[in-house]
Amino acid sequence: MTLNQIAFLVMGAAALFGAVGVVFFRSPVRAALSLVINFFVLGLIYFMLGSQMLGISQIMVYAGAIMVLFLFVVMMLRDDGKTDKPQTQEGKFLVGLVASLAIAALTYVAVISPTMNYTGEKFNRIYGTPQSIGTVLFTQYVWPFEVISILLLVGIVGSIMLAKRKF
Amino acid sequence: MLSHLIPLASVFDDVPLGWFLTLSLLMFTLGGLGVMIRRNPVVVFMCIELMLNAVNLSFLSFAAYPSPVVGDPNQAAMSGQMMVIFVMAIAAAEVAVGLGIIMAIFRQKNEVDVDEMSTLRG
Amino acid sequence: MVAEFFFRLHAEQPILLGLIRCLFVLVAILSLVPPLIWWERRLLSWMQDRIGPNRSGTITFPDNFPVKGLASKKIRTFGLIQPLLDGVKLFLKEDITPNAVDRKIYFIAPALALFPAFALGATLPWGPNYGLYGILTPIADVEIGILYVLAISSLGAYGIVLAGYASNNKYSLMGGLRASAQLISYELAMAMSVACIIMAVGSMKLTQVVAIQEDALWGAVPFLQNWFIFTPFGFIAAIIFLIALIAETNRAPFDLPEAENELIAGYHTEYSSMKFAVFFMGEYAAMFIFSGVFATLFLGGYNILPVNWGWMAENLGWGQGLWRALEGANYWLAPIVFLGKCFAGITFFVWLRATLPRLRYDQLMNLGWKSLLPLSVANFIVVGLWVIMTKMYGVMGGWIAVLAAFGILTVLYLNLVKIARTSPPMEKRTVTLVNPTSERRSVTMVDAKPQETPQA
Repeated sequence: MTLNQIAFLVMGAAALFGAVGVVFFRSPVRAALSLVINFFVLGLIYFMLGSQMLGISQIMVYAGAIMVLFLFVVMMLRDDGKTDKPQTQEGKFLVGLVASLAIAALTYVAVISPTMNYTGEKFNRIYGTPQSIGTVLFTQYVWPFEVISILLLVGIVGSIMLAKRKF
Repeated sequence: MLSHLIPLASVFDDVPLGWFLTLSLLMFTLGGLGVMIRRNPVVVFMCIELMLNAVNLSFLSFAAYPSPVVGDPNQAAMSGQMMVIFVMAIAAAEVAVGLGIIMAIFRQKNEVDVDEMSTLRG
Repeated sequence: MVAEFFFRLHAEQPILLGLIRCLFVLVAILSLVPPLIWWERRLLSWMQDRIGPNRSGTITFPDNFPVKGLASKKIRTFGLIQPLLDGVKLFLKEDITPNAVDRKIYFIAPALALFPAFALGATLPWGPNYGLYGILTPIADVEIGILYVLAISSLGAYGIVLAGYASNNKYSLMGGLRASAQLISYELAMAMSVACIIMAVGSMKLTQVVAIQEDALWGAVPFLQNWFIFTPFGFIAAIIFLIALIAETNRAPFDLPEAENELIAGYHTEYSSMKFAVFFMGEYAAMFIFSGVFATLFLGGYNILPVNWGWMAENLGWGQGLWRALEGANYWLAPIVFLGKCFAGITFFVWLRATLPRLRYDQLMNLGWKSLLPLSVANFIVVGLWVIMTKMYGVMGGWIAVLAAFGILTVLYLNLVKIARTSPPMEKRTVTLVNPTSERRSVTMVDAKPQETPQA
């Protein structure tokens, strides 16, 4: 057990706690808060993986912007969580559990188990800096980038349309 | 010039790829379960975000651990990160529109519950 | 020697040195918050023509005091220990937790409010990037320094929003909602103005930002430093950033989340004792650190004056010893100068609080979305133009392009304003004032332009 492995286990446990909280907390606000924890820790894990730029964007975009929006909407809906109980008693839960466990088991056996001891090719992993990402994004991936920007524009227009009282 | 920038990548070589993928898988499974068992549409939305992030994590871990099968490891690393950027942008647009839809439904019916939303009329 | 000790630590125990770097920043913030509170209260009372806290800490010696010189004397401390006593008071007060609160979130919220204020200082350089200070500051000189600041400051919303939610109180909830809407709105303008600086620097490292500002002014005056506040686009970005950062720290005139005459105390209505103190401290620490961010981005960081002492020593024929001495002073006084700039920022905050009335909510939103955001986007385009023109046609070409672009934008803006003024006719209201003692008069209230008074 090295220091890095311990660090990963701690962060992974925190991320999993967040994920479990999203699904099983009754109150939507608590679910949102645990999702914030999950996203924040995921940002730290991205740092571990060497992509600083994406780690900080994860914290800024997901934990900082998207989740504030979620909390805002949850509060606007005035939902105290009294009505929203995770449906653990119904048949749906059983079906869902079995289905997701089956998918998880299949994926684990097929994809993940061969990689459990793979620690990677040793190559110079300085690829996560803003400079390298910017260079590739604006040369090789410039066409998808423009498409994404149009998509975001459509999203803005659409959300403004939806927010208008009468349409 | 003295710089104390620790190159983030060089200190980190001894955690196997499978651990990251396992975390990603667990998150994805939990997200899927949440979509099935929750009734509040906002929470369902959060579970979808969780699944998207699980996928992001697996993209980034494959980017950081290029397999010997793919050609240029730098190319593999960059393409993985690009996918994550696009997923983030799409998720942001999706949240803006989706939460707008939920708010519009709430204004119409004064209640949100995915099990009750069974009519197509507004 | 101290310097040798730190260099040996840097070589042998880099992790320990990292912890020491964190300690420097944390101790600075923690020990400077009480003086800040004192400074704000005294300055505010002076500006509002009252006395303020000036009594506590005055020691009056009795007439029969054994030491001759001190008998029946008063030693005044100008209320300096008032914040300390306030702290003691808050510790000893009863800690009330209302019954209806969401207990777990209620307890987490103050901690969440304090976290970003402390974490924000991690990438700020408070000393030059070479020599002894080079290994002591900043805590982490990462490639994403500015983005880190933006990301952590965006987390500041959670403490407030969750406190408002958990209090289970309508006013608190309103405060929390206002805070989240305000933070989201002003973050955009802030990020755009920071993006101008990132583009002009070509790097997100904060040490690099300061290093670029030590270059020749406008690329033309080599003995002065090119602080971004002296450049046209930097000046506009600085104003936008300043307004946005006041909104981010929830200070007057943007203190709608805690507007006391509308929402009692907003999100911290239900908090008492130490939990309230934590909110209070978080707010002041955030002000302090944000002032540091402003100083780093626009005011040349830790440099005393915008003068390149080193260049003067090398190129001027006279006064070499003096310039070298001043260069040394600039190096060794760097932390004090940086703190001084932070204090200047806080003084500015207090001045604003004493001067400006609180904005209305729609004014706040209009300012953020309709004024600051378009302005910062226009500024961003101008910076892009400057970068390209400087690369293509040299320094002069760049500045001519910037001035031309600003001229075109101003003309466009003025025309747009004229269109906006002329298109919708303003509402006209006629009020007849009835006064039986004098003759009947009628007054027409016209918003757009004065009209002749109609006959009664």
